[in-house]
Amino acid sequence: MIMEVKSKDLWVLIETKEDGSPKKVGLELLNPGKDMAKKQGGELVAIVIGCNVGASIEAASRYGADTVIAVDGEEFKEYTTDAYTAAIAKLVETYGPTSMLIGATNNGRDLGPRIACRLHTGLTADCTALDIDEETGNVAWTRPAFGGNLMATIMCPEHRPQMGTVRPGVFKMAEPTEHSAKVIHENISIPKEEIRTQVLELIRELDAETVDLEGAQIIVSGGRGVKGPEGFAPIRALAEALGGTVGASRAAVDSGWIPHAHQVGQTGKTVGPKLYIACGISGAIQHLAGMSSSERIIAINKDPDAPIFGVADYGVVGDLFEVLPVLTEEIKKAKA
Amino acid sequence: MNILVCIKQVPDTTEIKIDPVKNTLIREGVPSIVNPFDGYALEAAARIKDSDKDTKIVVLSMGPAQAKNALKECLAIAADKAYLLTDRAFGGSDTLATSYILSQAIRHLESLEGKFDLIFCGKQAIDGDTAQVGPEIAEHLGLPQITYGLEASVEGGKVVVKKEAEEGVQVITAPMPCLVTYTKPSWDPRYPTLKRKMAANKAQIPDITAADLSGINLEQAGLKGSPTKVKATFVPPRKSGGVLIQEETSADSAKKLFSLMNDGGLL
Repeated sequence: MIMEVKSKDLWVLIETKEDGSPKKVGLELLNPGKDMAKKQGGELVAIVIGCNVGASIEAASRYGADTVIAVDGEEFKEYTTDAYTAAIAKLVETYGPTSMLIGATNNGRDLGPRIACRLHTGLTADCTALDIDEETGNVAWTRPAFGGNLMATIMCPEHRPQMGTVRPGVFKMAEPTEHSAKVIHENISIPKEEIRTQVLELIRELDAETVDLEGAQIIVSGGRGVKGPEGFAPIRALAEALGGTVGASRAAVDSGWIPHAHQVGQTGKTVGPKLYIACGISGAIQHLAGMSSSERIIAINKDPDAPIFGVADYGVVGDLFEVLPVLTEEIKKAKA
Repeated sequence: MNILVCIKQVPDTTEIKIDPVKNTLIREGVPSIVNPFDGYALEAAARIKDSDKDTKIVVLSMGPAQAKNALKECLAIAADKAYLLTDRAFGGSDTLATSYILSQAIRHLESLEGKFDLIFCGKQAIDGDTAQVGPEIAEHLGLPQITYGLEASVEGGKVVVKKEAEEGVQVITAPMPCLVTYTKPSWDPRYPTLKRKMAANKAQIPDITAADLSGINLEQAGLKGSPTKVKATFVPPRKSGGVLIQEETSADSAKKLFSLMNDGGLL
């Protein structure tokens, strides 16, 4: 299906949770989207798909959308590739937007290529910077490749919509306003037989509830240097004192010291907290790829040549088992 | 069961270094490997074969002649047949063009090897990291897809996949044929045996070229079939001006860090 361009609008997909509330990344993308839409000469449109999505419509409105297009139905309660692709392809056909941003969550990265291929257009994955090229008015999508060793800026000059998935945590949400967007309800329903996958069961990880790394403001991570599962005790204590979340490097996860839900890096989560404290993590490029967009980075490592010090604002050359307890005590005293 | 596994030969990105003077990637001397995520896809296929001996595993790769080494490695590990998809007309393809060419090749392969019940791919390749080619092949072929798979089994004529979801592990099912992409499971893929290695070394790996793909529209392949264009590449700027703390004792270092954090408004 080749889309006919009907507007200069920029779309942001607001991914919803099962209760109809928005995932954070969609609201984050409204922030850069505002400026991009203006430069493109169009409106910022939030696309909300889910079940009982009132809260998401309201949030999209408060966080900067000019217009919200909502698709609400039982078949969208749980994400499925088939239902979401069909619904968005239908919306695109009706409204013909110029560009589209999708959060690079697991679902976003499942959905993005499926839509791009159906619309026969280009998609740039997992972007960490967005801009509008002044000369051409096209979106300039910047993304890491080669495990974070190389950055590439990609354009999609002739095909529409221009599409990209964008990493959670790269952009910050705007301050919410009392602004109310124009809301359009689109009645789209997808027949059951067209949804081919079926979720049989969800096995929640024991502590998955507490491992919201992507939304965390402070993360304290442990790596090979923690030496064993017990070694995470001082990491947890510091995280607790700071009100932060515990992360881990691939080395610690692969050794079975901590569940995969905690993993930060190329094969784990990509995070962008206000403060990231790396303890006993050497800083392999795959780990850096997942955390280097953190606002502030502190590294504690015995090896003064560890690459992690290259990205750290503050680096402590020392044994984490000696440094962390003292630091935690000081913080507790200060907060008491 | 007839399973196709799509694989890519990639540079081992953990071995890539940056030239500190020119600030460019040093690609020379970087070993080529089977993309690790594709290795997990092959292992998933091998596990299905473990439980159903009447399973055939075919591997397909698009790339230069050198990629036959990667295909041979897959033959040594678990694959029964291997094909290399190679043609100058395919060079410079982005994910949409690549997935189009692969989908055409899959149709062609089905005339030689029979219909595939399952098509397995790695979640993403570690050089491009796009995670787009798998879902785009599924779309070109009109198949259901399951991404971020950890393991798969076949039950009652359907594929059942455990997949990594944000809330935990989902158990998800789909009718076959189906395309599944794989991420890293908690186990290591099997190693090749010496016997299989020797057989793989002697194996003939047929080429598939554009001329073999009767239905292909070459306008949709290569650079001209690629909607996305790389405008610029650059090595990411390194942070500089970080403070390194190394006092007499660890306790002193910790206290200094605390006061810097306090002054920097990090508490």
